[in-house]
This record gives sequence, C-alpha cells and structure tokens, in this order.
Amino acid sequence: MARISSLAEAIQAAIRDGDTVALEGFTHLIPHAAGHEIIRQGRKRLTLIRMTPDLIYDQLIGMGCVDKLIFSWGGNPGVGSLHRFRDAVENGWPQKLELEEHSHAAMANAYEAGAAGLPCAIFRGYIGGDLPKVNAKIKRVTCPFTGEELAAIPAHRPDVAVIHAQRADRAGNVLIEGVLGVQKEAVLAAKRSVVTVEEIVDDLGERSLNAVVLPHWTVGYVAEVPGGAFPSFAQGYYKRNNAFYKEWDAIAKERDFFLAWMKTNVLEKGPEAFARYAHKHRAAAE
Amino acid sequence: MADYKPNEMMTIAAARALKNDDICFVGIGQPSAACNLARLTHAPGITLIYESGTLATKPNVLPLSIGDGELCETALTTVSVPEMFRYWLQGGRIKIGFLGGAQIDKYANLNTTVVGSYDKPKVRLPGGGGAPEIATSCGEIFIIMAQGKRSFVDKLDFVTSIGHVTGGDSRARLGVKTKGPTKLITDLAMFEPDPETKEMTVVSIHPGVSREQIQENAGWKIAFAAQVAETPPPTSRELEVLRDLHARTDRAHSEAA
Repeated sequence: MARISSLAEAIQAAIRDGDTVALEGFTHLIPHAAGHEIIRQGRKRLTLIRMTPDLIYDQLIGMGCVDKLIFSWGGNPGVGSLHRFRDAVENGWPQKLELEEHSHAAMANAYEAGAAGLPCAIFRGYIGGDLPKVNAKIKRVTCPFTGEELAAIPAHRPDVAVIHAQRADRAGNVLIEGVLGVQKEAVLAAKRSVVTVEEIVDDLGERSLNAVVLPHWTVGYVAEVPGGAFPSFAQGYYKRNNAFYKEWDAIAKERDFFLAWMKTNVLEKGPEAFARYAHKHRAAAE
Repeated sequence: MADYKPNEMMTIAAARALKNDDICFVGIGQPSAACNLARLTHAPGITLIYESGTLATKPNVLPLSIGDGELCETALTTVSVPEMFRYWLQGGRIKIGFLGGAQIDKYANLNTTVVGSYDKPKVRLPGGGGAPEIATSCGEIFIIMAQGKRSFVDKLDFVTSIGHVTGGDSRARLGVKTKGPTKLITDLAMFEPDPETKEMTVVSIHPGVSREQIQENAGWKIAFAAQVAETPPPTSRELEVLRDLHARTDRAHSEAA
C-alpha cells in the first residue's frame, strides 16, 4: 500500500546498504531528486540497474555509492562520455566498479520478465557479438517447439525500484504519461518502490481510458518533489534541459571539480532545490 | 553549387539512400540528422522510430537524446520500451536500422563498447544500447561513419553488433535471416557489400575525393567495385534544409534553464 511521505523518509525506509536498486526513466522522468537523496544519505555497496546510466548514475558512482552496475548504455546522450563512470571503470576511482553489461533488448525483456514473475527473459538476441563472452549471465535456450536457439538472461528483481512520475492522487495511485520507458515494469518487478511525483492531487484528472496508472497497492512510497526529474523532463510540466546535459561534461571531467560541485549542489541542498526548475520550465513549456 | 563540408556530403548521401515508404529505426547523432533530412526533402512519408518508443515521429529540431519530449509530442503514438523491442523490433516490423559506431571493420561489424581490452579498457565507450538486436532484427542496416585510421580498423577491439561477421555466408550460418549492412556511408565514399565476399566495397566516391584518401583513412586494404560512380554533389536545397535543421537544433539545445 502506498504511503505518502517525504523523500528523505522514503529513501531512509526503502533503501539499505548493499541493496539492488533500479532508478529508471528512459531519458524522460529520470528520478534525479531521489538519486540525490540516496547520495545525501550515504548509501554504500549498491548494485544499480538501469538501461541508460546517465548523469544521476555518474553522480552515484562518483560519490562512491556503487559496487556494481547492470546496464546497456552508459553515456551522456548526444554529448559524449560519462566521466565518473569511465574513471571508475578505467581507473577504479573512487572504487572498483563491477559491470554486468547487456543490450537494451535484454534489459527491457528482463524487467518485463520480473514484472511477470518469471525467473528469466527469453528473446531473439545476442547473436554473433562479444557480449556473451564477457557476461556469464547470457545463456542460450532452445525453443521446445521449433528448435530455434534463443537468448536467455535472468529476470530483473530489484530490491527497490525508484521512479519519477507526473502525478499521484492522495491514495497513492500513480499516473505516467509520455515516453514510458520501463518504469511500470521496474516497479512491478521490485520488492519495494519509491515514486517521486510532480504533484499530489485530489483527482488524477482527465486521461485516456488506457492511461498508464500504477495502482496504489503496487507502490511503496510516494513523495511530492516538483522538478524532481531535472535536468531530465516531465512531459506536460517542463522540458529536458539539454543545456545542462552539455554542461555536465565539464562538471564531471575532473575529480576535484566534480566533488566540489556535488558538495554545493547536492550534499548541502535538499529536494526542495528542484522546485525552481519546475516553475521556470512550466512557463517555458507553454 | 555552394561550398560544403565532407560531413554535410555524408549526411546528404545517407539521406538520399532513404525512401518515402521506408520504416526506419533511428540512432542519435548522424543517423538522426540523415533520417530527418530525408523526411524534410524527398521522403516526407518516411516512418522514423526511436528506441524510446516513439513511432512515426516528426521532430522539428534534432533530438539530443533518443527520448527528447519533441519526439513524443510529434509521434503518431508512443509505446513502452519493452513493447518497442519485442513487438516492433524483434517482431520484424522495421525495414531499415540506421547505426553509427566508434570502430568498424571491413565486414561492417561495429564496436561501441571498449577501446583496448574489456577488463582493462583504454577507453570505456557507452556500450551497445539497442545495436546488438537492431543489427540482426531490422530488414537491412545502413551505417554512417566518418572515416579515420582509428575508427576504420583491421580488427575490432570488441564486436558489439555484427555486420557480415567474417564474410561470405558467415552471417546466415549464425541463423540470422536479415540482410545486415547494405550501405556504409562515410565522409569520403559510399560502400556496399560485395555479393560474394560481403566485404564493404566502394561503389561511389564523393566529389573531389581520391581513392588514395579513402585508403589512407582506413586500416585495411580497401576494395573498389569494377564500376565506381561519383556521388552527385549536394544540391543547394539539400544544403539549405540540412543547415536550417542544424541551426534550429543548436538554438534549441543551448536554451538555458
């Protein structure tokens, strides 16, 4: 049953050191404010799952929260490298980062299998390339009906899924619109979940009969954090801040500069710092 | 005819390879520019699909990421990412996959994973993303990449997604039924696979480019087809539409918070 709480309480209650955590959002609705709270609370030894580790995972990795990363594309989209991710893989700073690397198709299938309560995902993939040579979790199975060889990987069953959404009502029913990514699957696959939303409302409002809604009894904690996806975006609220994605390249390049930026902008701030992005962009998005 | 840069020739040559009724899975960067140029010039009916789940999208500016709001707002519909990869890509609904990469070999296998060894990489690249399954599930593959000795290599450090594997019928022997790379468009030339060996072979050279230049910017001995054409230079309209697209994209992406 969903519990409406503050973000700090939600992270405190849901995420423990050593947990496997999936913060999802495919470019859209990336839970940046929740990621910052994990960093502020000093969580350690996490295994992080995410299709497209981007800025928020660069920050979690650079701040030493992460032992292992399960992923399929680790870059700053359209800009270039994630420097903190690269520093961890190439130089072991601030600590060694174990990788379990997949393709997008594999990750999406693994979330769906997790949501469906299956032990593994089966799909047509990983043919001929080198990824199966470096990831022992990639196996082949034979279709019992046709004899076709297919790829199989374990389902994703994270301890905790963390997502950001547009709205929740006071019971904790959560509405997601726009680029949907794998958030619904991630929440349904996880044992616990934290959902940040742009606003908590009395009624979810006018919506398509087929709107994507996570019922309150599938959701753990719901926290209202306006602007909480910044610099990612929330369709209908504010746009993706592409300029910040470009700026991140310079912020993350050097270790000292990165640490100083994190101290000023994350460690010494709270979730309320995100609200100004919600407001500024709401005007710009109209 | 106006002056143009080799990169502009590359994007324009790639755009021309696309047809009005194509259904195309689009990667970010050069592929996205080429696909949208085609849509804004000779192929207004082309269906562009981005892996964020946006089907038949018509962005006014090029997306910086595969999931920019622009893609969703201008799409016919947006599906979840598992549905994108299962029903649409794996289901065989997509005719052309448009890819780029960090390294390519003569059989158009691609590396976007690491430079150096996997365990101790010299450069850790972003990784495969959608490419491993795009490469085998789309009807055919177009690749767009600027040439250079570090990117056009004799041996890939890592095979992220397959092209024609080791040539001949090696791709089909893996059980893959799709065609694989049918076009490689560079800033110097257009390549197509040799019908027998499947080695990517120069079939058209961009204006003002020499065979030596193409060879100097590749790490293997380049094969030239018996008949090599000259790529028609960009028309003034192609250049104008491409430059307009880039200009409004740059403006949109630098808008501060």
